[in-house]
Amino acid sequence: MRYKPWHALRSPRAVSGLAGVLLLVFMMVFAPHLWADAASAANVAERLQRPSGSHPLGTDQLGRDLLARVLVATRLSLLLTLGSTAIAVCGGVVLGMVATVVPRVLRRGLTALLEILMSFPWLLLTLFFTVIWGASAKGALLAVGFAGIPTVARLTYTMSSSVAGRDFVRAARIVGVGPLGILGRHVLPNIRPVLVVNAAAVASVTLLSFTGLSFLGLGVQAPDYDWGRLLAEGVGKIYVNPVAALGPGVAVLVTALILNTLGALASEAAGRTPRIAGKAAPRLRAARIPASADEPVVEVEDLRVSFPDGSGGLVERVAGVSFTIRPGETVGIVGASGSGKSVTAMAIAGLLGPAAHVRATTLRFQDIDMSGEPDAAARRKLGLGLSVVFQDPLTSLNPVLTIGRQLTEVSEVHGDLGRRDARRRAQWALSLVGIPLPARRARQYPHQLSGGMRQRVMIGMGLMGTPALLIADEPTTALDVTVQQNVLRVLHQARERTGSAILFISHDIALVSGFCDRVLVMKDGLIVEELDARQLDRARHPYTRALIACVPHMTTDRTRPLPVIADFDGSEDAEEIHA
Amino acid sequence: MTIPSTASIEPSASPPEGDATRRRGRHLPGLSPRLTFLRRRVIRVLVSLALVVVATFLIVHIVPGDPVRAALGPSATPTLVAHARAELGLDKPELQQFADYVTGLFHGHLGLSLQTQRSVGTTLGDRLPVTLTLAGVAFAVAALLCVPIGMLTAVAVYRRRRRWLGNTVQWLLGAFIAMPDMLLGVGLIALFGITLHALPVAGWGTFAQLVLPVVALAIGPMSYLARIVHVEMLSVLETPFMTTARGKRLPAHLRYLRHALPNIITGALTAGGLVLTGLVAGTVIIETVFAIPGLGTTIVTSITAKDYPMIQGVVLLYASLVLGLNLVIDLILTALDPHSSLLEG
Repeated sequence: MRYKPWHALRSPRAVSGLAGVLLLVFMMVFAPHLWADAASAANVAERLQRPSGSHPLGTDQLGRDLLARVLVATRLSLLLTLGSTAIAVCGGVVLGMVATVVPRVLRRGLTALLEILMSFPWLLLTLFFTVIWGASAKGALLAVGFAGIPTVARLTYTMSSSVAGRDFVRAARIVGVGPLGILGRHVLPNIRPVLVVNAAAVASVTLLSFTGLSFLGLGVQAPDYDWGRLLAEGVGKIYVNPVAALGPGVAVLVTALILNTLGALASEAAGRTPRIAGKAAPRLRAARIPASADEPVVEVEDLRVSFPDGSGGLVERVAGVSFTIRPGETVGIVGASGSGKSVTAMAIAGLLGPAAHVRATTLRFQDIDMSGEPDAAARRKLGLGLSVVFQDPLTSLNPVLTIGRQLTEVSEVHGDLGRRDARRRAQWALSLVGIPLPARRARQYPHQLSGGMRQRVMIGMGLMGTPALLIADEPTTALDVTVQQNVLRVLHQARERTGSAILFISHDIALVSGFCDRVLVMKDGLIVEELDARQLDRARHPYTRALIACVPHMTTDRTRPLPVIADFDGSEDAEEIHA
Repeated sequence: MTIPSTASIEPSASPPEGDATRRRGRHLPGLSPRLTFLRRRVIRVLVSLALVVVATFLIVHIVPGDPVRAALGPSATPTLVAHARAELGLDKPELQQFADYVTGLFHGHLGLSLQTQRSVGTTLGDRLPVTLTLAGVAFAVAALLCVPIGMLTAVAVYRRRRRWLGNTVQWLLGAFIAMPDMLLGVGLIALFGITLHALPVAGWGTFAQLVLPVVALAIGPMSYLARIVHVEMLSVLETPFMTTARGKRLPAHLRYLRHALPNIITGALTAGGLVLTGLVAGTVIIETVFAIPGLGTTIVTSITAKDYPMIQGVVLLYASLVLGLNLVIDLILTALDPHSSLLEG
């Protein structure tokens, strides 16, 4: 789906933005012709009046109509804003691009200077330049413009140096295109969208700077007037007529809003990526799994989970799944990515994000209903009895808390252990998962541990309570093969020690069959087959057989391409793997 | 509000990891990354200060025409002008002038005001505490309010409960960010000073006189920081370690305060540094709106009067304030960042 620019013009924001621009242009061109007389006709008899029918904003000390003055001031205010923006953007782009092509020493000097200039707020730079060029409209135009150059230059430099490092620019350089040709033909077109977006932001800041300068009496001087000067005059008479100050203020605000809207529109147009509509998972006939009688840890019946698809509808990711897990049992769920195995596991843990819609006839951990929000007692029971080990140990531990802190809090919050007892238990848990020097490790931060160690810490965290179920969601996928075996062994030992049941999620049927008692095969949100792990060769469902056939073993003929699940049910991607 | 000049253009509040590695950069053997970083920062501040000194010195020399004549006006007698020139040292060779200027700075001599004949140093000494109080109180208010507001709206939006409240607050914050502080000041004066007669609208010295200027100055930066906290908090709420914390069934206050808050503080502080310098500049406008005798009103009147010694002094002082604050923020950031571990260097 290609992006079509006119689509962006249909949104209410685009309509209001364009209407705003038309309004500004109209005022800029025609307001001085239409209202110049009213704006300059002094009438001392009507001086300093409050708002009335004939003078909606009141009059100033010479009896001139303030609304007319605000409207007429549009032209000068906008011309100054545009002028300064042009200076800032042109100067900044030239300086930033020059910095990309000059020799290294010069470039470092230039960027250092830009950094220093940028550490000063725009207003201070403007004031400094105003000292040089004097308190006049021309001085303010130059001052505001020059004060904006460093920001734009820095942005241009950052972007163009990243573009200049790309392959197509290097290729052009090798062919012999000179620096100017490279900048003009290759770099500038690539950074133009971002520059346009930022020009609008610069214009908005420029307008405010001008208003500020004129307000301080350092910009436009009498008898000329812009919004800032009208604002200053209004504030001087604010006790007589507060509206006199609010009028020009509203004009500035509306203009700034229009400029911001333009910037937002430009960035939308520049950054829009085609959205892929969510495709509903095709339904398969559910395989019925007989429930066992013996007081299960987990009981799931007809679990359905759907997510918003981004265009107002819902996509069903788990489409009616039923199974149970008995105490101490190790159950594996295998399936390709997107088959719904992780979503099922997270639904059991009650850890799906707020976007998920969960429905089920039964969804229970022990005697807790996991389809709703658990109460305090249930939370405590869950905190101690159900733990989860996630796929990526690098991001699943909080980077700013010590290992020990992250372990002890389980026992402190749910187990009523004192700090010292909790610490002792944490050391016990860490040593149980095979972490040497547990007392020392407990004081360290996650980034000081290797990936395999962090995953063992996650398992250890689950042992801080009295686990009845440990959900391991692809716990070894992010680790390398040697560490994988280690983590599996630790999981296994944890089960031996605590008698906890394990729900093991993986896409690797070989791994699961070696580790689990029972295997559930998932595809497209449904369980297509349930198997005893020792009897995989009895698999009936073609998908399971295809999965098993993909696992290479000692007798596989390595001179031929390895078998793959090619275009299964028309929904899998065909893929060739050569030995 | 005056900060968005850089903020609106580079809105990337990068996660703490990326930040740390980027800032760590190259470092000399034998020096820890943290020290290398600090050394670079201190050098940069010193270079900046030197540039500011040169720039303020040059002001008098690059102004078109005769600065003394411009300052004293066309009616001043030639003897008066010559006297003032001698006073400023403008009759000496230029290198000699620069040497005198720098020596004077080291001794704390900033010269005499052309307007009042008082020592520039004494005047600035009187005005500095006023501006510092105003900016300091405003920053404290902004910093204290932004964290709870940003976190609460993020949680409301994330958990899809009372979303309308979160969205309304976010919309309001956006409006406050867009609102220039002089308009805010004028609006506050019109509402509380004139319509309600609740608070004084000008002057300095009492607590009541502090309220409106502080609110006018703080609301923009507060909204901006609350936005940053909101965005950072939303991204932290999505992280796997927050799912881990939910998996441990920790109560909400532990999850948000112990697990989430430390992870958003680096981003918030970085933005806070930007805001603080913007806030210092914002005092120029707010002091003028509320007729407060601080550095801001001084710089404006001295520019209008072309009182060059005073201009040099105020510009130097403002620049040093900005640079000093930047350095302090950098120091705090390096101290807080757990990733730039000394053990690894």
